Amino acid sequence: MKYLKTNPAQCKGVRACEKICARTFFKTEDPEKSAIRVIQAEGGFEINVCNQCGECIEVCPVEAIYRNQQGVVMINKSKCVGCYICVGYCPTLSMKTHPDLREPFKCVACGACVKACPEKALEIAEK
Amino acid sequence: MTYNRNFEYTRYLDNVEEMKKAHQVLAEYKFTPSHPEKGYCNRLLHIDLSARKISERKIDQKTKDIFTGGRGFGLKYLWEAIKPNTRWSDPENAIIISPGPIGGITQYPGSGKSLVVSLSPVTNIPIDSNVGGYFGPLMKFSGFDALMVQGKSKDDVIVVLDGVAGRVTIERAPLEAVDSHVAAEQFTHEYAENQEDRRNVSVVSAGKAAEHALIGCLNFSYYDVRRQACRLKQAGRGGIGTVFRNKKIKALIVHGPKVKGDSNHPVDPGRVAQAGIRLHKEMHDYDNKMCTMRKVGTTNIVDVMDAYDLLPTKNFQYGSHPETPKIGKKVWEEYFTQGVPDGCWYGCSMSCAHGVDGYVLKTGPYKGHKVIVDGPEYENAAGLGSNCGIFDPDWIVECNFYCDTYGIDTISYGTLCAFVMECYDRGILNQERTGGLDLSWGNGQAQLEMLHQMARGEGFGAQYAGQGVARMKLMFAQNGWGDPQFLNDIACEGKGLEQSEYMSKESLAQQGGYYLTNKGPQHDEAWLIFMDMVNNQIPTFENKAEALYYFPMFRTWFGLNGLCKLPWNDIEPGDNRSKYPPTEAAKVPEHVQNYVDIFSGVTGREITKEELIRMSERVYQFQRVFDLRMGKGTRKFDLPPYRAMGPVTKEEYESRQERYDKQLKEWMDIDPATRSIEEKIALHRKYRTERYQKLVDAVYKRRGWTSNGIPTLETLRRNGIDFPEVVATVLPHLSEGEAREARAAYSTGGSDRPKVGKPKASPNKPKAKAVKKKTSARKPAGKVKTKKKVAATKTASRTIKTAKRTKANTPRKPAPRKISKSVKVKPSSRKPSHKKPGRKGPARRTETKRAGKRSSAKTSRKVARKVVGRR
Repeated sequence: MKYLKTNPAQCKGVRACEKICARTFFKTEDPEKSAIRVIQAEGGFEINVCNQCGECIEVCPVEAIYRNQQGVVMINKSKCVGCYICVGYCPTLSMKTHPDLREPFKCVACGACVKACPEKALEIAEK
Repeated sequence: MTYNRNFEYTRYLDNVEEMKKAHQVLAEYKFTPSHPEKGYCNRLLHIDLSARKISERKIDQKTKDIFTGGRGFGLKYLWEAIKPNTRWSDPENAIIISPGPIGGITQYPGSGKSLVVSLSPVTNIPIDSNVGGYFGPLMKFSGFDALMVQGKSKDDVIVVLDGVAGRVTIERAPLEAVDSHVAAEQFTHEYAENQEDRRNVSVVSAGKAAEHALIGCLNFSYYDVRRQACRLKQAGRGGIGTVFRNKKIKALIVHGPKVKGDSNHPVDPGRVAQAGIRLHKEMHDYDNKMCTMRKVGTTNIVDVMDAYDLLPTKNFQYGSHPETPKIGKKVWEEYFTQGVPDGCWYGCSMSCAHGVDGYVLKTGPYKGHKVIVDGPEYENAAGLGSNCGIFDPDWIVECNFYCDTYGIDTISYGTLCAFVMECYDRGILNQERTGGLDLSWGNGQAQLEMLHQMARGEGFGAQYAGQGVARMKLMFAQNGWGDPQFLNDIACEGKGLEQSEYMSKESLAQQGGYYLTNKGPQHDEAWLIFMDMVNNQIPTFENKAEALYYFPMFRTWFGLNGLCKLPWNDIEPGDNRSKYPPTEAAKVPEHVQNYVDIFSGVTGREITKEELIRMSERVYQFQRVFDLRMGKGTRKFDLPPYRAMGPVTKEEYESRQERYDKQLKEWMDIDPATRSIEEKIALHRKYRTERYQKLVDAVYKRRGWTSNGIPTLETLRRNGIDFPEVVATVLPHLSEGEAREARAAYSTGGSDRPKVGKPKASPNKPKAKAVKKKTSARKPAGKVKTKKKVAATKTASRTIKTAKRTKANTPRKPAPRKISKSVKVKPSSRKPSHKKPGRKGPARRTETKRAGKRSSAKTSRKVARKVVGRR
């Protein structure tokens, strides 16, 4: 199962990941539209991003969330009714919303941020 | 997680294509589909079945300002449709379905409700029923805030609203079934373009028994994508299904557009979403520790009610039973399929619409069929179960299924079944009188057979039981079966409606919560048993009256907006009980704020918590006057049967002897040892009856009603509902002073229709002057348009004409508002009182902490809560 593996100890808070994520998917550098978030924490940084656990799949009332062949949890926007149950039920609060966007969004383990991170705090891994 | 799932059902689709081919279009109407803007489409779809005419009407801003939507719209349009002498089966009686402005948002749990209003066959006053399923929202996303059906068809017809094609038709559909579980499936498959499209179809239907009984319900369907089956939710109370079948409607079908997160076009989607996400998170974090709605729905309180001696048992005689665990929460957890999203509209993370999947029926015309049973809810487990002495979950499930598919209200059926079983137990009924039915306590088979009789239109079931408790008690007395006084005491109905399934005997406030209601004893207005009886938080009459003002007003708001009550207080913020004093915590202030946010976010009309209550009160007071208009709505109709107030029989007294004896000492200063049980029962009866009357006095005062339960002129004005017809309705019941004032202010001149009197300045009455100033700039209300209205106000006009001759120097009051062309109401400067009913010690204690940012999965969710569920 493909996922974005994080190494917060390496993170220096550059936030290049947030910018590249928002740019890749929404053509903006607004960190609120990034599926990965760097959070200032005591003594360093935390990285919040989907770990592809798939709990959102079960709670979706319209079967809009599914796991693709690589094991990545995806949202079918055509089926999605924008109810955001998946947002409230995400165990890591990694399903994101933005007032401009009708459907929620999440990390799809594309790897754009991995290349952008100067500190090598991110990698695409299997589990 | 994987659960055992049995999603195989008997299907009824063999000849669906032929069935559809057999349809014959009788009338057609083309319209331009539109999405709502800010929650409203501003259009009403009107169907006249007699004339086979389809039309639409504009809903203006003033109507929205006063009636908001949902139940408010239903009552407004019903008032205009019927006359004071209309009866439920008259063609002019209407069925109005409206979801309200919030209805249809997908982000906040419980936001897809439709409100159905009609003149009730059981009460002959307006009934309103709140129902899930997709019909209301899909109708709104097709272009209509409300659907109003009037007239009567000669043969069975269906009405099809296609919100994609912009077409409404009345069709003859001879081959489809009437019973709802079959009809919903057949029509859904006929009108969906493909499998994916099935979720965009919803069917309203009522079954065979609704043709023969007065307690018919409506089933609103939705297509469950995981089960690939139709589910049914019920507009249960008050017999609207009976009106539906009497009009010869087989089904109302909507085929709407694809639903998206912004289909309701809110002004501020972000604000709505944030409120929704907050609640989803609470559900995730606390539901397992609070009410376990996601696992067992409302059945979570069966055991709680039993523990507090509140579970209605054997026709509300007793409050608990040793066999309750057989129909308790744990059993339902096993019966219900777990781990499936079970919301009756998108976005409901409360997910309480559980079902028993693959249940094999044991009786009746569908014997052997594998079905999904929607429910049981708590009301069914208690009403069909314990209240009838039935503690076998299979019988409850079976009866639940047949009530639904036959179109019978499970609450009324449970209560009437309990009533006839007690009559049987006490020899008022016997097998000869029941036509062979052995209605002994606990006989589930007989309970089912009586229901099948209703569906077949034969036997005791149709002739007696289907008429409801209020009529049965009269029929039994007429037949010389039983003592009329005793029958009256044990028949748990008010205004003609069967009481829902809670014991109110030991809670005075709940007696008011049931019997000081607009539509009859249904718990959706106020559920105060815990505040009152268990926690003693509202000890004085004034405290109880305040609760019986605030909660009915607050809860009315759900019905104006297309909302479900459950997400309000069947889940709470984790710190609700520690953050707020008990009486405030009972209101769940942060959830009330959510409602303020979503209403403002949807409509763009910024409201406050206080305005929310005022919105409700306008409609609530209007409904009270509507009751009066239809011949009820006065004090004598607000009295409970004694069974709801205290022990009627020796056995009931003995079951709680210690409690009752203690009360004799404490309340009446009487030594119980010196009295016989009969004397003690009589003493209690006198005390409790008088106590109830004192409560009535306090509640009427708080609600702004006269001692006979009539909203005063001041109350009507304060709420902006002093329309001529409304004033005319209360006029004969007002005090002399108010009546004089009303006649002067609302005089008509020589015409037989009411006209607006110009306000006249009165130096002695600065208050009146102030109001006058505010309204003088308004355009006077226009002339009454319809003949119906003329007829409805004739009586008033006569009174007013007489009044004019004698009015002399009486100062005139501001122009009244008409219902159809109402003037915008400015928020009243008078603030309603929101005294906090004093109370202590919550039922729940909650201590919880959500682990920081949940950065490392589930383990971070630490929750520790103790809970007592409640309605």
